[in-house]
Amino acid sequence: MSKTIVELKDVYKTYDDGFTALKDISFKLNQGEFYTLLGPSGCGKTTILQSIAGFTEVTSGEVLFDGKRINDIPANKRQLNTVFQDYALFPNMNVFENVAFGLVVHNIKKDEVEQRVHDALKMVQLEKYANREISELSGGQQQRIAIARAIVNRPKVLLLDEPLSALDAKLRKDMQYELRELQQQLGITFLFVTHDQEEALAMSDEIFVMNKGEILQKGDPVDIYDEPINHFVADFIGESNIIPGKMVADFQVAFLGHQFECSDAGMRPNEPVEVVIRPEDLVITTPEKGKLQVKVDTQLFRGDYYEILAYDEQGNEWLIHSTNATKDDSIVGLTFGPNDMHIMRYNESEAKFNSRLESYED
Amino acid sequence: MAMKKSFKGLFYTPYILWLAMFVIAPVALIIYYSFFDIHHQFTLSNYRVFFESGTYLTMTANSVLYAFLITVISILISYPMALVISKLKHRDLWILLVILPTWINLLLKAYAFIGLLSRDGLVNNLFEFFGIPAQQMLFTDTSFILVAAYIQIPFMILPIYNSMTDISDSYIRASSDLGATKWQTLTKIIIPMTMPGIKSGIQIVFIPSLSLFMLSRLIGGNKIITLGTAVEEHFLTTMNWGMGSTIGVVLIISMVVVMLFTNTKRKGRRS
Repeated sequence: MSKTIVELKDVYKTYDDGFTALKDISFKLNQGEFYTLLGPSGCGKTTILQSIAGFTEVTSGEVLFDGKRINDIPANKRQLNTVFQDYALFPNMNVFENVAFGLVVHNIKKDEVEQRVHDALKMVQLEKYANREISELSGGQQQRIAIARAIVNRPKVLLLDEPLSALDAKLRKDMQYELRELQQQLGITFLFVTHDQEEALAMSDEIFVMNKGEILQKGDPVDIYDEPINHFVADFIGESNIIPGKMVADFQVAFLGHQFECSDAGMRPNEPVEVVIRPEDLVITTPEKGKLQVKVDTQLFRGDYYEILAYDEQGNEWLIHSTNATKDDSIVGLTFGPNDMHIMRYNESEAKFNSRLESYED
Repeated sequence: MAMKKSFKGLFYTPYILWLAMFVIAPVALIIYYSFFDIHHQFTLSNYRVFFESGTYLTMTANSVLYAFLITVISILISYPMALVISKLKHRDLWILLVILPTWINLLLKAYAFIGLLSRDGLVNNLFEFFGIPAQQMLFTDTSFILVAAYIQIPFMILPIYNSMTDISDSYIRASSDLGATKWQTLTKIIIPMTMPGIKSGIQIVFIPSLSLFMLSRLIGGNKIITLGTAVEEHFLTTMNWGMGSTIGVVLIISMVVVMLFTNTKRKGRRS
């Protein structure tokens, strides 16, 4: 286990008007890992970031950095840096002066400033842009300068507040690779805030899924995608078909009038549950061979796959990703294996969820 | 298309008319009059007199010095005030209170100050209460400069305050995040970023301060003769409109010079 660098213990944040932005937040961030706080806007993820950076005070609970309580330490004395959503590059300074700012305010010698600014700019591949004005840079370049400025102080933790949200889709994808690479080169902890599940899945070592001021689930991207804890997480992370069902017995689930073998266990007999099947796990076949029969409604060509919308006899909507097109209004069969289904209980806490999973998985 | 064009022209008309009647025509008239002497003869002598007689040059130097001091004092008071107000919860209300005195007639304010500063005025009464002997305050340079600065402060605060509220919070956060102290954030981020506001404040305050004739008369006690007093003198007393206009031309030129110096052009590269 690597060393814990940031820890939040039972953190609450309540505003004057009574709005609770954070509810009982506790987590540990280890050195050198890439963490993502993922959730819809207003879920409190940025508030967590700000309470670590020192821009907002928590109402109760502890914020620890390197084992020390930092609740009362002002932002300028905390050894971590932030990449802001709007970059916040100082318009009265050029690129060099922006990146050098963190060093200049610490009275570092001129030679060292120049060397370290050069190194930071090299990290983001913009070493030739030192003399440019901020207004002369594209959005993507500004983004990189903001990163260079934040890493020049060699922080142990870098906080990133939706840094890619202002970029176009292509650039956003490129930056995902670059950020991940940069994090591994620097070997420091990144805490990345986003509402984009794709970004979170692509870059993170660990994701914290948040909603309404609470962390619903922590885990690595694959676990969160394959085994979401509840309806919200399943719906928020990737696309999914969520169908109400009943757990007949361990490894046996019933929905839409059929009983299927599944790979989940540990529920009460006949407990009502929700079944998640990802669209890419559904395979279209003939109606006879299918475990379920659905009627195709519309299909959209998405480039690398077709997104097919279909309805079963009970009127449930089914989303299917298929490499082949099918005919509109035709009846087709759907098959899926026991591992393609994931069963979720209603209102299960994360601790209980994890221990139940451990009880039957090896 | 043609309709649209003429429609657009219609909107420009008031502006162009206003510009022609109240800016271009008066300036042209002032320049025209400055070339005539008191006997309505065309002459350049007004300019010769202005630049050759020491009186007018001293007057100009004095005016510039007073206007400079008034501007500096109003910046020194307005900047911290704007900074504090921009951080307050009900900042719109507070800035309104600062602007409020501008709604009161200048003459009224001047008379109020005469009441406050005169030998048996409120300030001297207070002094005497604390055992300080009464001072001659009215009709001194200091009182003239302070009262003028007081009059100008709202005009200085407003542009500075506006440029301050334009600064996004994230710049301040970024600065502190990078380790800057509050003082460093002020000197390296807030002041440079509010420079445009300071510059427009200077433009609004410096030029009128060059020609404050009413205040120099009422508070300065006619001992302070600025270019403004001289213009008033020539137009109303000596009836030498030509000379008055010449001083007017000098004022207009100095205004252009100040505008050029405080022009917020795109920042050049610093090496």
